[in-house]
This record gives sequence, structure tokens and C-alpha cells, in this order.
Amino acid sequence: MTGGPDGIGDKIMRRTAGLWLLIGLGAFVLLPWYATGGGFWSFGWLPTLFAGDAPAVLWMAAERPWLMLPLLGLFGATLSLGFLGHSVTLARGLVASGVLGLSALVFEGLTILGNGTRFGLFDGATQPGMGMGAFVTSAALLFILTTGISGLRRGRGDAFITGMVGAIIALVAVFVFYPMSFILIRAFELKDGAGFGLTEFLPRFFAPANWSVACLTGNGSCGVAVNSALLGLATATGTTLLGLAFALIFTRTNFRAKKLLRVLTILPIITPPFVIGLVLILLLGRQGTFTVFFADLLNIEKTRWLYGFWGVWLAQMLSFTPIAFLVLIGVVEGVSPSMEEASQTLDANRWQTFRHISLPLMRPGLANAFLLGFIESVADFGNPLVLGGNFNVLSTEIYFSIVGTVADPAKAAILSVILLSLTLTAFIAQRTWLGKKNYATVTGKADSGRHAALNPALRWTCYLVAIPWAAFTLLLYVLIVFGSFVKLWGYDHTFTLEHYKRAFGIVVRNGVHFTGAAWDSYMTTLTIAGIAAPLTAAVGLATAYLLVRQKFFGKDAFEFSTMLSFAIPGTVIGVAYVMAFNFPPIELTATGLILVIVFIFRNMPVGVRGGIAAMSQLDKSLDEASITLGANSATTLRRVILPLMGPAILAALTYSFVRAITSVSAVIFLVSARYNMATSFIVGRVENGEYGIAIAYSAVLIVTMLLAILTLQLIIGRRRLRRADRVETA
Amino acid sequence: MTKGAVRFEAVTKMFGDVVALKPLSLDIAPGTLVTLLGPSGCGKTTTLRLIAGLESATSGRILIGGEDVTHLSATYRKVSMVFQSYALFPHMTVRENVAYGLTVTKTPRAEAHARAEEGLAMVGLKGFGDRLPSELSGGQQQRVAVARAIVLEPEVLLLDEPLSNLDAKLRRHVREEIREIQQRLGLTAVYVTHDQEEAMAVSNRIIVMRNAEIAQEGTPFELYDRPASAFIADFIGDANLIGVEVTRTGAETEILVNDTRITLPLAHDKTGPAQMVLRPHQVQLSPEPVPGSFAAEISYAAWLGNVIQYTLATPVGPLFVLSPPVAHPFAHGDTVHVNFRPEDVRLVRTA
Repeated sequence: MTGGPDGIGDKIMRRTAGLWLLIGLGAFVLLPWYATGGGFWSFGWLPTLFAGDAPAVLWMAAERPWLMLPLLGLFGATLSLGFLGHSVTLARGLVASGVLGLSALVFEGLTILGNGTRFGLFDGATQPGMGMGAFVTSAALLFILTTGISGLRRGRGDAFITGMVGAIIALVAVFVFYPMSFILIRAFELKDGAGFGLTEFLPRFFAPANWSVACLTGNGSCGVAVNSALLGLATATGTTLLGLAFALIFTRTNFRAKKLLRVLTILPIITPPFVIGLVLILLLGRQGTFTVFFADLLNIEKTRWLYGFWGVWLAQMLSFTPIAFLVLIGVVEGVSPSMEEASQTLDANRWQTFRHISLPLMRPGLANAFLLGFIESVADFGNPLVLGGNFNVLSTEIYFSIVGTVADPAKAAILSVILLSLTLTAFIAQRTWLGKKNYATVTGKADSGRHAALNPALRWTCYLVAIPWAAFTLLLYVLIVFGSFVKLWGYDHTFTLEHYKRAFGIVVRNGVHFTGAAWDSYMTTLTIAGIAAPLTAAVGLATAYLLVRQKFFGKDAFEFSTMLSFAIPGTVIGVAYVMAFNFPPIELTATGLILVIVFIFRNMPVGVRGGIAAMSQLDKSLDEASITLGANSATTLRRVILPLMGPAILAALTYSFVRAITSVSAVIFLVSARYNMATSFIVGRVENGEYGIAIAYSAVLIVTMLLAILTLQLIIGRRRLRRADRVETA
Repeated sequence: MTKGAVRFEAVTKMFGDVVALKPLSLDIAPGTLVTLLGPSGCGKTTTLRLIAGLESATSGRILIGGEDVTHLSATYRKVSMVFQSYALFPHMTVRENVAYGLTVTKTPRAEAHARAEEGLAMVGLKGFGDRLPSELSGGQQQRVAVARAIVLEPEVLLLDEPLSNLDAKLRRHVREEIREIQQRLGLTAVYVTHDQEEAMAVSNRIIVMRNAEIAQEGTPFELYDRPASAFIADFIGDANLIGVEVTRTGAETEILVNDTRITLPLAHDKTGPAQMVLRPHQVQLSPEPVPGSFAAEISYAAWLGNVIQYTLATPVGPLFVLSPPVAHPFAHGDTVHVNFRPEDVRLVRTA
């Protein structure tokens, strides 16, 4: 069994591995190994390619001989391709070369840092952060490794699929697990570099400042962890119930203004999170419009009740109810009408049908909405910052222990561990509760039945809860617009464009000058969100494709680790990035790249979930038909799966774009003077008390996102409609 | 030559701890249509997907056209498949669907479309190229799926329950068409079904599978005439299985049924308990006793037009009988006299 029988598979493996070997060697010889000053794409490194921005091959020959290590992998691959004839032997050779090269690269990277070395090796050596050359070389080594794995004759042997799995694992490892390990290291570090242990960690972890329950017993205030947990539970419960009320009104009643309701529930998603808090202050704060009005009317004392638990809770309810609604509407619609009809033909009344059939079938949705609400709440940073007052939560404490007057990274790390354990507990509890039961009721068979209507008592309960809430939300948005056009809300209500001029002023004199204070951060935000959104969608959907359609070793662990980054609060990931990417081997702080990356890995789980949902509805035999007709996996993905996934792509793009614009928690640690984001700019204004400009900027952001969503709908949505028509009648 | 031959050498397939296929060896001759037949979960679809390359074998070797393809991915196997759900791409026209396999293998577009038209003409869908799959009836979609598979001129054509989504009348028509195209093009075809009548109608050979292994293989006639087990006897055509005692073996076999000794003109390997296979239409019923007959009571009678169906209560258990139509059939509760010809009887080992 030499070359003959293995013909085509063997040839493809050779060709793929050979191509990556050439790319790797090219990068090693021609691209600057270390990060270049002005960024790679400015090509400022070209003139200095043989001096300061030299490729690895030159460094290796001169002062940095350890760069020979990664070359071993490329060398091994060359030998394998040159001398190993039998395809399984060749595959093993490639795997070994890839592993050797990658571990050598990781080893030298983690050992030799910018200002010294670790583990007492290579004494006196230094090197800057890795750059394009190192990146391309490691990618080449990775794909040599995965191509080798595909040839090992385990599984179906598709180099494209193993490459994709390898790439995603590598990305998640470098940008989720690597930075998270810094948090753990910091949390367990002993004083004065005396190694690691629990003696520092345990007392600080279990400190009463974190876990005191004094506020429940009525004397004193609670620990921050307890505050976060209570707030999370309250918000999750509230948003889930409200979201359910909205979803029921939407699917099970003949309510007339459904469209308006829909818009109202979408609005908070495209609103920077602290804007709600800000408007609440102007409305319900001590000098707020409502407070003053009712105080005068009823002659009661003006209080500062808003600044604390209830204020934060109210703001979070307003911000996160739409998320619960979006999760629940899919589930409520997904309950097969025939189940409800079956229940009714068995003489159950509407209430019994709802109580015993529909509600239990919505269980996964309710659990999901609750989990999302909880995680969003404990990770929320903007609202507690604006409204918290003396009510401290973990996310704000973490922020202040990093940027506060007394920086205490160890404290930030320990608080991050607490926050992470809260979200992970919720995450695991949800999975355990749902268990292995199958709740899927969408069968792919056309259901022509109609959903059961709600019984009157339930319907009116929903109306009474949801409609005032919707009215309140609407009022807030009217006030945002109002507030951006008046001089000083609450004091001077004369019309002015001053806030907009200061933020977005343009002067036309010898050309166009963007003089407004907000232009810089606005442009940066749009650019970064615009770059991050398609990448997020791509990574998310690729992961979904692998999870739904491919079988490979370790798939369960793979799924869990991609979902895990969903349970990591933004504040924690922000701290982790600051700790991990501030020095070589990967030095990214103060670049735009770190913002793009943080958005990709923060928002990826949503793309994954959306992709899984959409892909599960595509019959698997479509891909199999394509494969048996001679298309490879890449062609199948491009010509069959992607065209049928329009709506999921649209959702992933929209969501990641919007989240990149509105997120605060992770970003606040990562912005730099050069790459400032809109949200951190606004937070700065709020902290300075410049409410007018903050509100005006927020209004502009909301309009921008609306326009972006509509444009995306027009581009992808129209194609989707035509295809959806076709699919539906099939 | 061996082009189109399919060979399994001790192929197994595990899904985790579940055995989907016990060591299986089979040979499919070029140019024949072989059916994999069996109840659901017997491993027939797994076998088909192993030929296609959609599943990878846990152990053993798979050869197509004499070449080892065990580790070759489905993309590169010269095999195409018609799916149970047809799996037509909803976002492509019928012509694009049929041409898909050609375009992805770098055939020039004009040639691909010309060959797609030929393929459509072959299945009688000339002029339907610009339609969308959703604008065709179920039978037409099925034929598009066949056309899409055959334009690639595969070495082996695989069909996974291709008729199960069609109504009964159309099914007979389409299966004749598939058989006709397969013979005209001289294709090797592997056909999966759980419908024994369909299998008998189209196949050169049938491989009956049960519990992840082959139960018996042979031509439709061999399986019907010489079932190797009670399972085959019952699965291929209806059969009454009656417990008997074999008392003497040799060139002729003597059995004891309900205290009656009968000599059968066939060989059986050992004495002891066995099962007698009696086809429903080989049982004769008469109102009066005849030599060798025994009495029974009609417990159910149904007139089906071309045949009358009875269930009898007999001393050896219920007996299922099909009789030619007569003007005055027996009715429920009638006593009848049952006999059969010893040369119609087959013996199988007790399951």
C-alpha cells in the first residue's frame, strides 16, 4: 500500500502542507518578526526591513539565536515532505513538526520578555512583542499540524475542517484562556514574589467586604459580591417575567400596536447602557423633573432613593428586558401549535393548556433569558457607575481597583475570580437544570395550527405590566432627544444646538475641519465596530458550523470553551487583557487591534448560538448532497450553507456591530488616547457633569446604529427575502 | 473490469459505544443493482453512507473499482447519492442543481449546463431547467435528484430510500424509471429500502440486514424460495411460521406437526424443533375434509377485491391465508378444512 491507493487524499495533503510550509518560510525570511511601530499595514517597516524591523532569519543570525527554535518545525516539515513517502508516516511527520515548531515558538515567547527572562533561562536576553512575521509563521505551523492530523486516518480526513477547528482552538486559547490565566496567576500570587498559594487568596476572597450579608439583617451594608448576586437575581427575575409578558402579548393576543412595541423593545439594545441611567437621574434624581413635580404636588420630601440598589435595578430592567424578550419570543413562537391544540382537544381550558403545556415547553427559553439577564446584570458597569452611589458592585469595584487612586491589581484579580464564579455558577446551574431533556418542538414539518389564545386574566396581567412599561420606555427616549436640545435640563429649557455643535461641529474654512470634540472617538468607534462585526460573525458562524455539522475528537470540550467566554463578564475580560497584553510576547495595549479582538471574543458566543439555531434548521442532507457531488467542505460552505443562512448572518453582523458600539465594561480598560471609543468618551463627560453633550452624543449613536441596521437589512435582507420565499414553498 | 465494483472487507462502524455495523464483508458486481433491505436500525443506511464516504469506517477496508477508498473523503469518491429528502438546493434553479456536481469539479459552465440539460431530458424533465425545486411536484423533485446524481457519471449510484416520500402509485412508476435508467447506463447502484416489495421489484440482488449484520443475501427468488431463517421468511413475502418437530433427516425430511407426520421433499440438517414456512397463498381451504386436511375456524375474513384474506384459528395457532376471489367466501365462524402441498413447505431453524 504505497502511493497508489491513497492517490488523491495523499496528493491533497502534500499540496496543502507544502503551501503552508512556503508561507511559513516566506514569513520567516521576509516579514518583520516583531511588532512594527506604525502598525503593519502602514508598511512603514519596508525601508527598515533589514535594520530595526528585520525578519526572523536576520535576528537569528545576529543577537537573537533562539529564533532558530521555531525554524525547527519548518525544517521538520520540509524533511517530512521531502523524504516520507507513505501517507500516514508523512502525516505523523507533519504533526510532529507542527507541534515542535509551535511549542518552540510558545516557549521562547513566554520565556524571553521585553525586560528580562523567565525560569532563569537565556539570561540577559530581551525581545519586543511578536509581529506579523511571528503571526504568519505560527499560523503556518498550526496549519501544517492540522493538515497532518487530517492525514492520520482518523475521521473523515478533511484538511479544511481540521484547519478550521485548529484555528478556532488557537484563537480561543490565545485570546480567552491565555489572558484569563493572568487573572488566576495574579489572584493566587503571594506577596513579594514568593510564589503562589492560598494564604493571600483565601482571606481576601472570603473577606466580609465581599460576602457580608448585613444589609439583609438590617444593620449595615452588604459585601460587593452579595450586592452583585442580589442585583443579578432581581434583574434576571424581573427581565424574564417582563420579557415573557411582552412575548406573550406578541404571539398570543391580537394587540394592535405590536409593531410599535417591537420598535420599543429594540431601542434599548442600541442604546449605550448608561444613557438610561443618565435619563433616570434627570427624571427621578433628587433634582429630577418628576421628583420635583411630585414633591411640590404632594408635599413630600425629595430623596436620593434612586442612587442605590433600586435605581440600578430599574436602569438594568429598562436596559435588559429587550434581551429577555428577544430570547423568549423565539421560544414562545417555537412551541408547536399542534401541542396546544392537542391539549385543547383533550378538554383542557386555556389556562390549563398554558400552565401544563406551553409554559413547561418554554422552560429552556426561560432558563436562557434568566441566565442572560443575570450575566448582563452582574457584568453591567455603566448603570452602577452612574447610579450606584454607595451601593457597590463587583464590576465597579474591579474598575476602581485598577484605575483608582490606589491601584491594586491583585484585588482586581480576586474580585474578578469572584465575579467569574458567580457567572459560571449561573451558567452551570442552567445547564444542569435543563439537563438532557429534548424540548425541540420545531420539527421541520409544516405546522398549520394556530397558537392558543391566552385566558383573559393572564392576558390582562400581561397588558397591565407591559403597556405602562412600554410607555415609560417611550418617555425616556423622547426625553433623550429633548434633553439633547435644551441648555440645561431641569434648569434652563431653552432650545439650543450647542451640545451638538460642541460634539460634532464642522467648520468649513480652507477645507472641512471636524472641530467637534466627539469626532475622533466617533470615527474610531465606527471603524473598529465595522472591522470587528464581520470578523465576529465569521468566527461565530464557523464555530457553529463545526459544532452542528462536523464530528471531531473533543467536540464537547470545544463547545464548552467557546460558550465559556460568554460567561466571562466584560469587566473581567478587560482586566485580563490589560494584564496579559501589556508586554511581550503579545503586546497589544494602546492599539486598535486589541479593541477589535476583545469585541470578537466577547460577542462570538452570540454568533455561535444564532448560527447553531439557523444551521440546525438546514437539513444535513443538503451538505451531504454537495459533498457526494464532488464539492469539498469549503465549496459546500460557500455555495450551499452560507447562501441559506442569510438571516443568521444578518443577525450576527447586526448584533456584533451594535455591541461593539454600545459596550463599556471591557472597553473602558482598553481605550487609549489614540483609540478612544464613544462610550468611554461619554462616561468621561458624565463624570464631569456635562450631561448635555453626553446625551447629544448618545442620540447620535442611536441614530447611527439604526441607520446601520437598516442598511444591513437592505443589503442582506433583500436577498434573504427572495430566498426565504423559495425555501418556504419547498 | 472492476470499475464500479464495491467491496467491503470486514468493515465495522461504531458510534461511541454503539455498534452500528458488525464486521461486514460484501461484494457488489459492476453494473448490478443491489438492494440493502432491512428494518430500521439494521445498519443498511450506515453501510450506504460508508460507501459514499459520509461516515468513516472504524476498521476494515472499503474498495470501489478495485481502489482502496477507506480513507478517501466523500468529495473525491466517484460515487453520487440520491437522498431520501432529495436534498435539492432550494436557492438554485433545477438546472443549477443538476449542474452543481459538474461546476464544483471545474467543468466549464457552458458544458456543465449542456450536460445538465441532457440529464434532465433523460429523466423526462426537459424544459424544467429554469424552475426552482419548490415549483416542482414531489415526483419531479425526485427525478431532479436522480438527474443530479447521474450527470456526474458516477462509478456507483447510491439511493437512500428514494421513494419513501412519494405516494404509493407514483412509487411504482418511479422505481421502474430508476431501474430502467440504471440498466440503460449500466451503472452499479446500491439501493436502500425497508420495503421488501420495492426491493424485489428493482434488484439484481438483495442483501437483507438485521442487527448490524447481513442476515442473508441472494437474488429476490433465492431469498423468497430458500429463506435461511424465520426472520427472512417473514420479511421477504408474508409467511406463516409454525413450530414443528423434525423427526428424520436425509434426502427427505420427516416432520411432526400437531401429531401428524408429513414427509417433505427437501433436506434439513438436524432433527429436533424447527419452524415450518407456509406462504399464505399456498394454503388451500375447502368446506369438506380432503385427505391430509385438518379442521379450523375462520376468525377473520376480508374481501380485498383481487384476493380474500382470512385469519384462521387452528390447533397450531393462527394461520394467515390468501385465497383467490370466489362468489361466496367463507364467513367469520365457519369451519373449514385446511391442506397444503408438502413441496411448498420450507423449513427454517427455530429463531
